[in-house]
Amino acid sequence: MNAVAPTVPDPRVSEIRSLIASGKRNQVVFAAAGVLCTAFAVLVLIAAFLDLLIDGAPRLSWNFLTSFPSRRASEAGILSAWVGSAMVMLVTMFSAVPIGVGAAVYLEEYAKKHFLTDLIEINVTNLAGVPSIVYGLLALGLFVQLFGFGETVLTAGLALALLILPIVIVSSREALRTVPGHIREAAYAMGATRWQMISDHLLPYSRGGILTGIILGMAEAIGQTAPLITIGALTFIAFLPPPPVSGEFPFLNFSWVMSEFTVLPIQMYNWVSRPDKAFQLNAAAAGVVLLAMTLVMNGFAIYLRYQVRKKIKW
Amino acid sequence: MSQSAAIASVAVAGPVAESLDHKRGRILKERLIEFILMMAGLVAVFTTIAITVILVYESIGFFQLVSVWDFLTGTVWTPLFANPSFGVLPLVSATLTVTFIALLVAVPMGTIIAIYLSEFAPHKAREVIKPALELISAVPTIVFGYFALLFVTPLLQATILPGLPGFNMLVPGIVVGVATIPTIASLSEDAMRAVPMSMREGAYAVGSNKLQVALRIVMPAAVSGVVAAYVLAAARAIGETMVVAIAAGQNTSFTFNPMDAAATLTAYIAQVSLGDLDHGSVAYRSIFAAGLILLVMTLVLNVAGHFLRRRFRKAY
Repeated sequence: MNAVAPTVPDPRVSEIRSLIASGKRNQVVFAAAGVLCTAFAVLVLIAAFLDLLIDGAPRLSWNFLTSFPSRRASEAGILSAWVGSAMVMLVTMFSAVPIGVGAAVYLEEYAKKHFLTDLIEINVTNLAGVPSIVYGLLALGLFVQLFGFGETVLTAGLALALLILPIVIVSSREALRTVPGHIREAAYAMGATRWQMISDHLLPYSRGGILTGIILGMAEAIGQTAPLITIGALTFIAFLPPPPVSGEFPFLNFSWVMSEFTVLPIQMYNWVSRPDKAFQLNAAAAGVVLLAMTLVMNGFAIYLRYQVRKKIKW
Repeated sequence: MSQSAAIASVAVAGPVAESLDHKRGRILKERLIEFILMMAGLVAVFTTIAITVILVYESIGFFQLVSVWDFLTGTVWTPLFANPSFGVLPLVSATLTVTFIALLVAVPMGTIIAIYLSEFAPHKAREVIKPALELISAVPTIVFGYFALLFVTPLLQATILPGLPGFNMLVPGIVVGVATIPTIASLSEDAMRAVPMSMREGAYAVGSNKLQVALRIVMPAAVSGVVAAYVLAAARAIGETMVVAIAAGQNTSFTFNPMDAAATLTAYIAQVSLGDLDHGSVAYRSIFAAGLILLVMTLVLNVAGHFLRRRFRKAY
């Protein structure tokens, strides 16, 4: 009987074979769907970039970068916009970095599990999900109205600092967590205080990861439009804030933080919402500059994270 | 003997006292640093409190002029008219419509990408796809707004939807959806990778193929994490501002038709803020009331999302 079986195929065997074959087919189809979906998403990114580039390329020139906005589309430029963006980013960096890294160090190294740390952690997670425009309303009510900072670089920088704080805190905490416990113990064994251990060992060893988080946060901040609209960033600024550095004593001045301003995304929004096609081309050109900046910053952060992961072997 | 001991103790007392002083100084400095760092941590708490207080305070001012009932059930929103009407439903309907379309795009695609990344993709493909998705989520939304208004809408008008108006809710919904694909993909993938290998191996041992493992073992096991990803993505789509402000138009109408133009909650706030507003005017306060609704909607979703995520983290 057994010897005969191969010559007369059992219907159940062919059934199982076709079942396996269809299973394999489905598997391939699904993997293809996965690749297609990914390709679609990436294609949208590429299309968005190319669309901007094709529309904006004729307008991209040295003049475009060094001219103020103008009523004539062909003469308008983004000088006040990118200088404004740079100044707002300075304020954001100098407030978000110390606060964010400080909070991360506190949560990772000092805080024992108690009510206060739970409260801080819940708030950080919660703030990460608050829509960006709500930060604009916060800045409008708190910095503009209550503190009287006005619609200035300072207000914008602080609003964006609060917005990116969760990003900086979460990534700094992750970076601190990668430093193994025996490094801490070795420092304590040599008589270091906690702060000496943190400033001499933890922070230097985790600076790659912390820097990654800071760059990601800054890239997020530089593209933000909505929160700056609500605090009244102007769309037509034909002057530059006073320069932060000067040749005479005391070399630094801070009047620029109280200056009115515009930023790249706001300038782009202003141009894109005009019906005149010529201005929309300006918007595309500004968009190319903005998108290139955020992609370069993100790309650098991704590269840095890759390097950090590769390098660290405790 | 006793004399020499006394001398020795005196000789030692100087440095010891000095070192004790030094230690006291060190402890003081350490305490001060800890206090400063704690204040940095508390900034997050203060921010939450400030957001709540400001939105509620300005909204109370608003609700003294407009009844809560009219606000929540009215279907006409014309705050800048001479005879203003403050029914928030048109803004809510537009927000929900755009969010729904966005989820229609992002949920299937994000889930398929997540399953592909977690169960199918070779290591090298993952190393390329994950950063690519990260770059998509990093694109400033104003760029997506431009793309929606001046590329996708004309494209659809020229091809499959000739009757599509220049401003509509469909295109911003689709574009917001693409922008949220990375959120869903990466959060769901986290959840799927948290499913223990032994469960997959058990299924393979009884003859399942990859697809069966992915759909019948991994998906059900990771479901709370995957749903959490959907919920958090919905919160992001609701709060998205620039794409809708640019491409969905500025008129407020109570409609769920994706072919209509309608301003969302966020678009309304942006639109009104652009004009010169008297601080304290009803229109000024109305943006805080709209913001409060927005905050409540996203907060509910975010809390639900984190609750679900915590559940799948606990499970494995």
